[in-house]
Amino acid sequence: MGLLSDPNRRRALIGMLTRLNAPICMICYMAGVAWFMGLAFEPFTLRTYMSENAMGSTMVEERFPAGERALATGREFAAHKKKTGGMPVDWLVRTMQARGLEVYTQRFSRKLPFPDEDKERYMVKGTNVYGILRAPRAPRTEALVLSAPCSPGNENNQAVGILLGLAQYFRSQIYWAKDIIFLVNEHDLIGMQAWLEGYHHTNTTGMDWSPLQGRGGSIQAALSLELSSDVVTSLDLVLEGLNGQLPNLDLANLFYAFCQKIGVLCTTQGKLPRNDWDTTSGYSHAVQTMMLMVLKQASSRPWGDHGLFLRYHIEAASIKGVNSFRPYKTDATTVGRLLEGMYRKLNNLLERLHQSYFFYLMPSLTRFVSIGYYMPAFGLLALILLLRALDLWVQLSSPPTRTTEDGVEVVPASPGVLSILTPLVISHLTGVALYTLPVLSQELAVEHFPVSETEAVVLTAIAIYTAGLALPHNTHRLLAGEGTEQGWKVLKLVAVLYLAVLLGCTALINFSLGFILALTLVPLAAFITPHVPKTLSAVVMVILSPGLTLLFAVFFFQELQETPVTLQEGWMLYLSVISQGILDHALYGSLLYPLAALLVYPCWLLFWNILFWK
Amino acid sequence: DLNDKAGQFFNSGHTNNWAVLVCTSRFWFNYRHVANTLSVYRSVKRLGIPDSRIVLMLADDMACNHRNPKPATVFSHKNMELNVYGDDVEVDYRGYEVTVENFLRVLTGRLPASTPRSKRLLSDDRSNILIYLTGHGGNGFLKFQDSEEISNVELADAFEQMWQKRRYNELLFIIDTCQGASMYERFYSPNLMALASSQVGEDSLSHQPDLAIGVHLMDRYTFYLLEFLEDIHPSSTTNMNQLFKVCPKSQCVSTPGHRTDLFLRDPGRVLITDFFGSVRKVEITMETINLSSPMEPLPER
Repeated sequence: MGLLSDPNRRRALIGMLTRLNAPICMICYMAGVAWFMGLAFEPFTLRTYMSENAMGSTMVEERFPAGERALATGREFAAHKKKTGGMPVDWLVRTMQARGLEVYTQRFSRKLPFPDEDKERYMVKGTNVYGILRAPRAPRTEALVLSAPCSPGNENNQAVGILLGLAQYFRSQIYWAKDIIFLVNEHDLIGMQAWLEGYHHTNTTGMDWSPLQGRGGSIQAALSLELSSDVVTSLDLVLEGLNGQLPNLDLANLFYAFCQKIGVLCTTQGKLPRNDWDTTSGYSHAVQTMMLMVLKQASSRPWGDHGLFLRYHIEAASIKGVNSFRPYKTDATTVGRLLEGMYRKLNNLLERLHQSYFFYLMPSLTRFVSIGYYMPAFGLLALILLLRALDLWVQLSSPPTRTTEDGVEVVPASPGVLSILTPLVISHLTGVALYTLPVLSQELAVEHFPVSETEAVVLTAIAIYTAGLALPHNTHRLLAGEGTEQGWKVLKLVAVLYLAVLLGCTALINFSLGFILALTLVPLAAFITPHVPKTLSAVVMVILSPGLTLLFAVFFFQELQETPVTLQEGWMLYLSVISQGILDHALYGSLLYPLAALLVYPCWLLFWNILFWK
Repeated sequence: DLNDKAGQFFNSGHTNNWAVLVCTSRFWFNYRHVANTLSVYRSVKRLGIPDSRIVLMLADDMACNHRNPKPATVFSHKNMELNVYGDDVEVDYRGYEVTVENFLRVLTGRLPASTPRSKRLLSDDRSNILIYLTGHGGNGFLKFQDSEEISNVELADAFEQMWQKRRYNELLFIIDTCQGASMYERFYSPNLMALASSQVGEDSLSHQPDLAIGVHLMDRYTFYLLEFLEDIHPSSTTNMNQLFKVCPKSQCVSTPGHRTDLFLRDPGRVLITDFFGSVRKVEITMETINLSSPMEPLPER
């Protein structure tokens, strides 16, 4: 007879499951963490390779000559930018027209939910300027985008200079099969969001923009350039986009192929490549690079202007020029040639990039781990939740009987629906409060306390979060009688399954976020019962809660970037991270803040509830 | 003497030449397949076969592709000497018309009545036909246009149909693809000679990339074939055995193969121009022949 249908064997299996549950859970957890750490070990990774046939090898001749002229244009741009105190729209329009592009502008304005440190005002207004280079012989069905941000101060002038230099050079070539759009956006991501919404005729975030007068067809790929120095020592590739979305790996492969061909040092996450993978320091370097990517992806915010393109299924990446104290410098002409080579190869594309991976982790620019290899790490953690749920279900279906003083065996009554539903509803209401109240009540807070609006929002959020800890003691007073043994088990079963589904769905969309949440929430979900020592568990629960996970992540991130911060600075950074998360959600539709407030926090509150069941 | 001379003169049994040249792949990165076909087209035209006897099938237009930095040209070598597209190329089947069905219909002659003459293979039992195929292939198949394939069995059956309908006298089949030798394995009709650029299990490699255009310009086998054919002129007496030696492994990296067991004549006596050219059997004589004097019988042998 089958393993599960034979009652004897089934009983034996279930017995083994209940007896060995805790050890198996521990083993799964350690195996999951070990698997994740092993992903950075070089023999377990694959070398990157070009999957798209149309892009082939780096078989083009780059002939861009005018790096110095591009830098001069950048200096002119800087001067005009200082004169107008913002985006020099007229000068840009004139310059782009002189280079033979079709130039259009777009005005946009956005009312921020609260003014953040950068903007210090509620209303953000700006103008985007873009020029379209029409393909000489092709129909206007496809386009490529090259963008550079117009940043305040002395930043990114060289980027705009190279953009205009490349525009002039590209205009004199006849082999373009797609239109090329040269975009200079103001206010970084806000301007980019306005332009993309205008281009695709969508309005998802409530921004106000003037419609685009000129278009170029469906965008196949986009690159965003950030360059603030005349020479660079290395080029850094930024891939992480909104909600942890990544561009197709072929874009990174293309970048790396050209870096190798032209001889420019290329990095990812700002970490220099090393080839001593068999030493501990080499391995830890790879782990650090991978952890940086994991943390950036988990933060769900776009880490470059390219991050917003990914939502429209446009493969995009940002290239940042880095000027550090290395002896070998690369000049602007070489950077221009690298971009020229990349665009010539993208020009050869016949379909959107789809041959390579969309879900991957990169311990270095030449090595990657695909979803099939990293998912088991999460799967092992999710297994713990399922094992716990099975254990609880077994316990619930055969409740231990209690004998009363009369010697009569009484089976305890199963808990009513209300005793389960109440904590659920109250936790979720707290979550809704955490989601809506900080922004809504900022005026109230500013009246009564001497804080700015941003601080008011963040501190309200933290206050509501902490207030939630006081809840369980109140919900039980509402219900008649004390909690029963069955009661907490049913609640825990529901909570564990809820957490499993939540983490599973999150990991599918954004593996890093799902994994980090799983690392802290799964042990807590597995071992919380009302019978463990209260104060110790309460402290452990608070440490493993999502709010403090974020705090530790902030400190860890700073450590990985080799700019460690003091406690004071770390706390201020933490507050700004929370405010940025709320702003990202309002401005671009980032899902981290609603996920954390409406789903993860209530789930954690359910476990807090279980801890204080009696 | 006269008998020998007559024997030499009527060495091969054909009276007309045809060529069917097919490029089966599209897309810009398959530039080299179009260049291959066009270079064979150029040689064949140069050696005398007129456009009315050539069926040229190109699956994509490289000369006018938006990505071509030298529009209206197709080059075979990066020194840009030889523009194989030329001024008078006549493509009979273009673009999506190049399909397996159309190819087999051309070979077997089963075309709808409305098909113009330029798209038909109007060969008879005294035609020598050259068939050249290039593209992406594998063991036993050739890919047409990224969407369908022709198998070696289908091809062999098509040739058998041609034989039964007496549509050829002799047929030379050349194929330049990966694992090309698998395509002629199944032939079973008489008077077929076949050449391929690589054996089963080998890939045919491309010759060289051109960085200005950004693609590989030609495949190795056809490049050396073209070089070989540039030395042939209509009165050459080079024979097939020299053709078998084109592109040895040192140049081609793959091993070219050939098959002559179905061919009735000795390959050493078959001239290149029997298939690649359209040589008129004309002999100029300076003697005058008196037609009014009575005939004299030939002496008994």
